[in-house]
Amino acid sequence: MSRTTTLGSFLRAHSTPIVLSLVLILIALVATAAQSSSFDRTVIDLLIRVVFVVGLYIFIGNSGVVSFGHAAFMMIGAYATGWQDCCSMTKSFFMPGLPQFVLDTTVPPPVATFVAGLFAALFALLVGAAIMRLSGIGASIATFAMLVVVNVVYSNWDSVTAGTSTMTGIPAFTDRWVALVVALIAIFAAYLYQISRFGLMLRTSREDEIAAKASGVDVVGQRLLAFALSAFFAGLAGALYAHFLGTISVNAFYLDLTFITLAMLVVGGLNSLSGAVVGVICISALIEILRQLEKGIDVGSTSIALPGGAQEIGLGIAMVLVLIFRQRGITGNQEITWPLLRVTEKPGREQEIDRAHTTSPPASRWRHLSKLIKQGGVP
Amino acid sequence: MTSALQILIDAISVGSLYALAALGVGLVFGVLRLVNFAYGDFITVGSYALIVPSASITAILFIGNWPWPLLVVASAIIVMIVALICDFVVFRPLRQASPAVLMIASFGLSYIIQNAIIIIYNARPKAIGIWPGLAEAIAIGDLRVPGLQVVTIIVALGLLAALVLFLRKSRFGVQMRAAAEDFQMARMLGVQANTVIGTAFVISAFLAAIVSLLFLCQVGVVSFHMGTQLMLIAFIATVIGGMGSLVGAVVGGYAIGIGGTLLQVMLPENLRYFRDAFVFGAVIVILLVRPQGLLVARAARERV
Repeated sequence: MSRTTTLGSFLRAHSTPIVLSLVLILIALVATAAQSSSFDRTVIDLLIRVVFVVGLYIFIGNSGVVSFGHAAFMMIGAYATGWQDCCSMTKSFFMPGLPQFVLDTTVPPPVATFVAGLFAALFALLVGAAIMRLSGIGASIATFAMLVVVNVVYSNWDSVTAGTSTMTGIPAFTDRWVALVVALIAIFAAYLYQISRFGLMLRTSREDEIAAKASGVDVVGQRLLAFALSAFFAGLAGALYAHFLGTISVNAFYLDLTFITLAMLVVGGLNSLSGAVVGVICISALIEILRQLEKGIDVGSTSIALPGGAQEIGLGIAMVLVLIFRQRGITGNQEITWPLLRVTEKPGREQEIDRAHTTSPPASRWRHLSKLIKQGGVP
Repeated sequence: MTSALQILIDAISVGSLYALAALGVGLVFGVLRLVNFAYGDFITVGSYALIVPSASITAILFIGNWPWPLLVVASAIIVMIVALICDFVVFRPLRQASPAVLMIASFGLSYIIQNAIIIIYNARPKAIGIWPGLAEAIAIGDLRVPGLQVVTIIVALGLLAALVLFLRKSRFGVQMRAAAEDFQMARMLGVQANTVIGTAFVISAFLAAIVSLLFLCQVGVVSFHMGTQLMLIAFIATVIGGMGSLVGAVVGGYAIGIGGTLLQVMLPENLRYFRDAFVFGAVIVILLVRPQGLLVARAARERV
């Protein structure tokens, strides 16, 4: 085998992040060509959500534990950004409770973004060290409780977060290309993580926690690692968001955000990176279309508009329909690979784990049996 | 001394409300393993049922003007219908799904109901005054207690007793307990799955309606997210009480209600706004110390 075929087969085996990146680059290029500021904003919004949902996927997709708490990490990232680089003149007036060295320094936005991510990850490490001991619904509820706690604290700690009023004067640093670069970094990081041994160990625990423990996987430790990594990207998304809008308030990071981002992940497919990205693109497109319809479209001389709230209902219905008819999401929990060159090599190990679970004979026989029993026909 | 007693009655009445809500969540969880986020919206529907559907700013009472027994029944029936429709349309196709999928589906359902309410009734809160007589204080010895608190406590205790009787003595009740313990086994022994699940939804909806009316008397305003906070607390109560255990749900409800009220009184002034942070922080701690909840349901123990 010559070197080029090895390289070629390597690229084909790992084409998922490349294909996903190309799709996002294409979207960004279309936005450049379109030269419409509202479309541009939609695209930047989409890219920021890609960062967040890919972050969410790193934890939920690999561990199988549903987290309702990641909006808190995004908020922590956004506020950490504001503390570092907003409004040097009025900072001490609005947020007198900040430590002196924070009040005195103004950090350049790229550094502030990175530090914000680290800050969120650090917080996740601390909280996760406790929460990750739980499993299943208990863990989900605990992340929910964490979201409430963080939200209440940030809403009321006026001297540090300016309370429920908005924090303004954050420099506008996020443009299309910045958001794109961070989104691409998130995709590659998530991919590298999921094919690493840490990702594989966590995926095993997702399929069967007890078997994973018996095989020597430190489930709590692996979950914690994924939790911190995913919080890092949620924090980055928060920083991008703060640098995009220039103003942030606590209300933007609560149940609505939790719902929309979870809907994106579920619709795309919970257990694949491609699902996370595809979900963001599809739901963002759906939201945009419904938003246009709410504004009204002209049919002949009359204008037909959907009532306010239709956008949210449409979103909810889309999510429920996908859950009912396509539980594995649009991507069916498979990774998208380079469409022209079919991958004939052995599938990646992370997919093997997924496949083993769904196709191994004892498992399928067991499923068949339990299905029969559930339907009432005793075999 | 009297003020301490007054605080205690206040705490118990808040706890009673939470316990009823938690029981509604716990019943459905028991048979379906469904963490129902839409439960809060069942509560909201119970109050919106009283007024004429319109986008006007002021509330126009319709059912709300009826005599109280009729009012309670009508509101409960409307909530039951909504709950059964939800079960039929969303949860029945998902019978084979994992608890996580069910949970996310109910999250979506909740979002749909809330926004449907916004479209039909408008997003602004509306003032509704029902049963003004309940606001008057009742004198018990030296104590002057708001009538509503006494009524809440009595209603809660009455319903709890009725529910215990139902679960222990009636055929449906026994089937429900069997299903909560081991759904597969119960089905093989001839328990009709959809009947049991339907019963659970109906009772849960009835509790939601009662909680809704009691809560409405307290706050006097309906809004599309009025049930959300109650649902969250009910949830947390069932989890710390021990998922799948009905007694646990009640204990959890009272624990949060009483704990929250006492915190409100005892926290220093400047920390009082952070009360919910303390309550939910305590929830995380309880989960860590007893991951299975305060009372472990027999069915919840994991078998390998």
